[in-house]
Amino acid sequence: MAKYATNQFKNGLKLIIDGDPYTIVENEVVKPGKGQAFNRIKVKNLKTGRVIERTYKSGETVEGADVMDVELEFLYSDGEYWHFMDPKNYEQIQATATAVEEAAKWLKGQELCEVTLWNGEPLLVTAPNFVELQITETDPGVRGDTASGGSKPATLETGAVVKVPLFVDQGEVIKVDTRTGEYVSRVKD
Amino acid sequence: MRKLLQERARLLATIRTFFRSKNILEVETPILSRAGVCDPHLQNLNTYVNSRRFFLQTSPEFAMKRLLSAGSGDIYQIGKAFRNDEAGRLHNPEFTMIEWYRTGFDYRQLMDEVEELVSILLPVKDFERVTWREVYLRATGIDPMQVSTEELKTMVGEVAGQTSRQDLLDLIMAVKVLPALPGAVFIHDYPVDQASMAKIRDGIAERFELVIDGVELANGYTELTDPFEQEQRFRYENQQRRIMGKEEMPLDQHLLEAMQKGLPECAGVAMGFDRLVMLALGKQSLAEVMPFTAEFA
Repeated sequence: MAKYATNQFKNGLKLIIDGDPYTIVENEVVKPGKGQAFNRIKVKNLKTGRVIERTYKSGETVEGADVMDVELEFLYSDGEYWHFMDPKNYEQIQATATAVEEAAKWLKGQELCEVTLWNGEPLLVTAPNFVELQITETDPGVRGDTASGGSKPATLETGAVVKVPLFVDQGEVIKVDTRTGEYVSRVKD
Repeated sequence: MRKLLQERARLLATIRTFFRSKNILEVETPILSRAGVCDPHLQNLNTYVNSRRFFLQTSPEFAMKRLLSAGSGDIYQIGKAFRNDEAGRLHNPEFTMIEWYRTGFDYRQLMDEVEELVSILLPVKDFERVTWREVYLRATGIDPMQVSTEELKTMVGEVAGQTSRQDLLDLIMAVKVLPALPGAVFIHDYPVDQASMAKIRDGIAERFELVIDGVELANGYTELTDPFEQEQRFRYENQQRRIMGKEEMPLDQHLLEAMQKGLPECAGVAMGFDRLVMLALGKQSLAEVMPFTAEFA
């Protein structure tokens, strides 16, 4: 894998630090007048999401992380692993529950997800920005009160709970923004 | 954009008026030189002219000292300087430098003059003067002359790469000392191993740096005039370069010859013009005050 010198550091560059893959989220060069220059970087661990700081003497090199983002279709979960398929070659890849943690509650099957692979292993699965899911449980709203801004919790078919307007009923399909976890609209067939 | 250009032009005009009032002569010297800079922490850019290698100056210092040796008297220059591997919030590989020399001055008199100029350009009235040693003591409680290398290491946390005691002091200066310095402060009286091109007297390098709100704005010296010591320092720096695995640079023989003929006793200072504009406009980065940084050049 390629090595990167400190003068190639920039936001988004993926590096291996202490054996784990990281992405640079902030890079600052500090150099006192006539002295040695250093790069101080903030890096996010791609496995855990934790952000740490590191200081490199300028001129040092760091191993790059072989990380790539691919679009994979979610097939099913067997309880332990989450199975995905590459729609281009039908190759199947399994991800751990940790990698799917954030996305899990939005997935029921057949969604195209962005999957971050490191050495071919899924590190992180990101749900599509918008998903359409059926409401399996919500209290009946008050009829005629459609104009008010009131909301109520609704459980979706994947188990996720979102706030919906009072006029939305059980059994309806709604569109949700997975980045914010917020209700967007009803989906009418 | 036009407002920024107007502000740069206004500051340049004010600076030129200041120098004219002091009877300091504006000069121009070559950007390309056959000699490079030996200082291991500065890297020249280079190019080829008729198959001969030339270095883009990291400051006009060597050529201006040749003018002083030739009898120019007090001189200043506002021009471009170039440093490879320097890019960041406060660095751009190409930048504008104001550099001037005063014959018969020492570094203290030159600090007075820097103060005079800066107080015209920036809304700064109070300038403090603190020694290099004292500035560490104040910000960190450590005495940089006494502290152990181990103790320095625990202060900066983990650093990748071989770091010398001096490297660690540099890092602490950049991340702990400078950010803790509000207002305008002259740091002066540097240890001899950081003399650069300053005269050494009584075991102290007659060097100063002006820091404003944590930003290093100017660096000045009572200039070293002894050609033999100058050559020794160049050779020592080249030796450091060799140890660091960096290319050794050809010494500026023209400068050494000029110093042998006689560089008058003088003090000189370099000031970053772009950083000055940044401070004048209350901005946080050079990118906000340069028409085009290297990224867009």
